[in-house]
Amino acid sequence: MIYADNAATTPMSEAAIETMTTLIRETYGNPSSLYEFGQKAKEVLEQAREDTAAIIGADAKEIIFTSGGSEADNQAILSAAKLGELKGKKHIISSKFEHHAVLHTLRKLEKEGFEVTLLDVHENGIIDPSEVEAAIREDTCLVTIMYANNEIGTIQDIKGIGAVCRAKGVIFHTDAVQAIGHLKINVVDENIDMLSASAHKFHGPKGVGFLYVRKGIRVTNLIEGGAQEKGKRAGTENVPGIAAMVTALKEEVANIDKNTAHLLPVRNKIIAGLKEIPHSALNGDAERRLPSNVNFCFEGIEGESLLLLLDDKGIAASSGSACTSGSLDPSHVLLAIGRVHDVAHGSLRLSLGEDITDEQADYIIKSVKEVVEYLRGFSPVWRDLVAGKTKFIL
Amino acid sequence: MALYSEKVMDHFRNPRNVGVLEDANGVGTVGNAKCGDIMKMYLKIEDDIVKDVKFETFGCGSAIASSSMATELIKGKPVEEARKLTNQAVAEALDGLPDYKMHCSVLAQEAIEAALEDYESKQEK
Repeated sequence: MIYADNAATTPMSEAAIETMTTLIRETYGNPSSLYEFGQKAKEVLEQAREDTAAIIGADAKEIIFTSGGSEADNQAILSAAKLGELKGKKHIISSKFEHHAVLHTLRKLEKEGFEVTLLDVHENGIIDPSEVEAAIREDTCLVTIMYANNEIGTIQDIKGIGAVCRAKGVIFHTDAVQAIGHLKINVVDENIDMLSASAHKFHGPKGVGFLYVRKGIRVTNLIEGGAQEKGKRAGTENVPGIAAMVTALKEEVANIDKNTAHLLPVRNKIIAGLKEIPHSALNGDAERRLPSNVNFCFEGIEGESLLLLLDDKGIAASSGSACTSGSLDPSHVLLAIGRVHDVAHGSLRLSLGEDITDEQADYIIKSVKEVVEYLRGFSPVWRDLVAGKTKFIL
Repeated sequence: MALYSEKVMDHFRNPRNVGVLEDANGVGTVGNAKCGDIMKMYLKIEDDIVKDVKFETFGCGSAIASSSMATELIKGKPVEEARKLTNQAVAEALDGLPDYKMHCSVLAQEAIEAALEDYESKQEK
């Protein structure tokens, strides 16, 4: 079995499981309680906050623990919107291929009278900071651009975009859910005002994440009911989950160079191998992408069938096909980089784990080739393309 | 629970009557690549009997399984019976489809209808 869907979620690391289970057994006190049980949990919580802050170059006071990336995205955007509204600034800049946690929150704000500009991400899935600069207006209250894309893995010039926002006095939020733990991030150096992260994308537990908010930016809370997280996020803290997240993050960050050095050649080998499939194309920039991400479109086939047959061969992957989403439209990310519907349905995302081997890469290449060829064998779309009745797109 | 029933997976993994029927006298294509599903049905009708049937499908697992099952349900049957094939019958024969995949069975029914229509239009000439 090859698990190649690490952008969806990752297995927890042994160290994170150890932290979590130990704390569940031994440190079950409520951090808000004054007795020893509670204070022990409080210590663990605050140590986790300090460690998280240190990893991204922030101050412990700037970290809010959340239930995950989606909550962090929602809170960041709604906070900046609220601040903007107070000053009569109701314009937000984002991109066409953000995660739905961002896009749907923006859509909600549009209904409340905000104006949203979604920047084009071009064929390579990269936005130039100058495009952000050009889109900033007098009434812009927030720029929110993801660090690395969850489907095609393209990495933005966050530092450059942050600099543009800083110069114009606009809050800059980045959804770093796919990036943190895999890329080196420093919120000060990169001019980031707010950053969202999710533990289960870097071998931590599900249901935990954090939001970094730079000192001086007032946060609006989404959940009322208590003084936890300085009143910015009510609810008894998930101490075991938070501590396990930090264990996983420390481990992952310490291994970024090693993991990247291992992943890059394997990823590039898979990309080169899949490119040999006729009428296929890599989605997103070949260089500026996560070391773990491979995303292809294959003309003439549909993604769900591809996934099911790969599953039969012991490979777990994902697709931007409509059939895998339950809607009629294929992935908004693939459409945003200019892939037409016909082609976007035939997409495959492999997000590799750090333990992927060269032999597994060979097996993936061989299996994808076989399955694509098999499905094309009885695809009327492929038949028409080969017969010249319709034109190849890729 | 798995996404699909064992029957669906069986027909998806081992589609029956897949391919092209060179001497078909009724061919129907429905769906479009934009939506992610295209089915093409080839019928060979003799003496008002569906003597042979083959299909080609671009689509998801349930689209392939629905086409496969539909061909099984009409092969060797009188044209009148094939005409009456409903999408529910296809879905039931597959031990059910998830709600949002029911359109795949509709597509199978429509593909057969289109192929029969093509056959009939040729008979009138």
